[in-house]
Amino acid sequence: MSTPVIEVRDVGKAYRRYSNELRRFAGWFGADNRPQDETWVLRHATFRVLPGESVGLIGQNGAGKSTLLKLLAGTAQPSEGTVRTRGRIAALLELGLGFNQELTGRENAVHGAGMMGLSQVQIDALVPAIRDFAEIGDYFDQPMRTYSSGMQMRVAFSVATVVRPDVLIVDEALAVGDAYFVHKCFKRIREFRESGTTLLIVSHDSSAIQSLCDRAILLNAGRMILDGDPQQVFDYYNALIAEKENQTVRTDRQDGGQVATRSGNGKVVFEHVHLEDAAGQSVEYISVGQVVDLVARVRAEAGVQRLVFGYALRDRLGQVMYGVNTDYSDQALDDVPAGARREFRARFQVNLGPGTYSVSVALSSTDTHLVENYEWRDLMLVFTVANMDHDRFTGSAWLPPLIRIQELPNEP
Amino acid sequence: MKLWKMLSAGWMYRGFVVSSIVNEFRSRLARSRFGLAWVVIHPLAQVLIFATILSNVLAAKLDGVDNRYAYAMYLVSGIACWALFSEIVQRCLTVFIDNASLLKRVQFPRICLPLIAIGIALVANLALLLAALLIMPLLGFVPGVELLWLPVLVLLTVALASGFGLLLGTLNVFARDIGQVMAVVLQFWFWVTPIVYPISIVPEAFRATLAFNPVVPLVGGYHDVMVFGRMPGEGLLWVAFVSAVLLALSWLVFRRASAEIVDVL
Repeated sequence: MSTPVIEVRDVGKAYRRYSNELRRFAGWFGADNRPQDETWVLRHATFRVLPGESVGLIGQNGAGKSTLLKLLAGTAQPSEGTVRTRGRIAALLELGLGFNQELTGRENAVHGAGMMGLSQVQIDALVPAIRDFAEIGDYFDQPMRTYSSGMQMRVAFSVATVVRPDVLIVDEALAVGDAYFVHKCFKRIREFRESGTTLLIVSHDSSAIQSLCDRAILLNAGRMILDGDPQQVFDYYNALIAEKENQTVRTDRQDGGQVATRSGNGKVVFEHVHLEDAAGQSVEYISVGQVVDLVARVRAEAGVQRLVFGYALRDRLGQVMYGVNTDYSDQALDDVPAGARREFRARFQVNLGPGTYSVSVALSSTDTHLVENYEWRDLMLVFTVANMDHDRFTGSAWLPPLIRIQELPNEP
Repeated sequence: MKLWKMLSAGWMYRGFVVSSIVNEFRSRLARSRFGLAWVVIHPLAQVLIFATILSNVLAAKLDGVDNRYAYAMYLVSGIACWALFSEIVQRCLTVFIDNASLLKRVQFPRICLPLIAIGIALVANLALLLAALLIMPLLGFVPGVELLWLPVLVLLTVALASGFGLLLGTLNVFARDIGQVMAVVLQFWFWVTPIVYPISIVPEAFRATLAFNPVVPLVGGYHDVMVFGRMPGEGLLWVAFVSAVLLALSWLVFRRASAEIVDVL
């Protein structure tokens, strides 16, 4: 068995605060320096990554992902435990750091490569490759302030990956820029992997992790919860989020704070809205074509004569993909008394393309919310659709065709 | 981190350090017509101001030199020394804070940052010195063999300033008041050092305090080799000693602090 390229043993990271900085200073020279308080953002992380493995790092905001990446990249030191890495590590935590807007792309490329520790001779040999990969034409010799942000990204990524590293650490923040270049970036990352580079990817995007990684690690509240097959880890992650969402709703009701756009007279309100898979599990990641239930529980704070429930699915730009209500479907409820609770359950097949979507929900007296609007909430839910088991396609809708190809006789 | 390890890492990244310094001046040149000339014009303008305002009051007291431009030359040499000292101190004071995002996200030898800061200050200062050396003969000062001491003086100034600046720069990451206090302290320091006035006008009662100011022998050295045409005094040994202590101390503090610097940035 080969030796691991990354070995993390019982690693923890605490951010320490002192009542007085003098105590911190004194602590460096052996004085008793118990900090006033410590915040452990990561604890007892233990794992090893073998050469050529691709590992996805998953977790909600604040789970400790960025901290773990910093420890692996070597910019921060662990408070306990050991982090050992072998070989050349390239960490794409943030691109374009240290770029000088007054200098040309070429000068910045040389500078950036220097920061990676390459010698002048190596850099001179590599600049043409950087230029070619960035594909920004004559702009390469123009000051960077004339660049679009996408062009800066192109140069930054080209520099950062000009030499194949032994370990490549990629943060999800990378997935910006134009689609063509993002595609090109992922192609290069795949090529690195095939040549034996160990990958460590942090992402919320299940499709990216599932297509690139053969293992995933789930972090939650600073602890490693699961280390295994990406699909299994994502399922667990979905469940974790569902649990958290329940809490959000509860806290939301307690302090009456608003989560997202919300309007209405409050005569009927949403208690809870979530998406469920066939097994009754709350889900946030949905595969193309999967059948799900949109479940909405509502409560009447006051008696109403007529109650209509409606929802709309929107893409990330806010365009409505599909919208319907119980007035359209002739299922409006009459004479709902105060205190009554109802559950609406809409079962549908997710014929959407990969991407993130949001759900807006509404309770009103008629088919438009303009007559009497009880409650309207945008961004009630956000879910991600990934293409896990169908042929590749593009676009927001899933309209699977049957493609037939016929041979025709040549033109006479 | 061992000292030699830190230094050898700095050496491995010498290309990066040099290109960073070059880039700094390149970007200054990019949009200003006179570019590098400003590096020289600013301190010379300062000399002009002091010379105009103070020459009648102070010039007569500059004994031992028979030249009507003596006071101007006195100012040029003193300010050349002070400009180098204060610029390095100021740059080192904020070098880690200014590069916070870089330190947090990119792994490279930390020593590069102060080296770049010192390099930038040094290049600008050498340009000023060169201008001063070119003006000297025009004002009737013929450089003598004592001028060979100048590189030593420059090096000592760099050593003292970086030792002092890095020590405070490291602490400044944790207690940002230090940076604010130092801005004020540097102003006072300028005036308690005989730069715009000759040391001879300092009242006896305050002479003793000058002995504790390590910049005094340095400025005195600049005056000696550039204005008075004589060897610098042995006060430089004291400066060398203070510099060595400060550099050692700053390295020690940095070594202890380095794990925590990124955490609080």
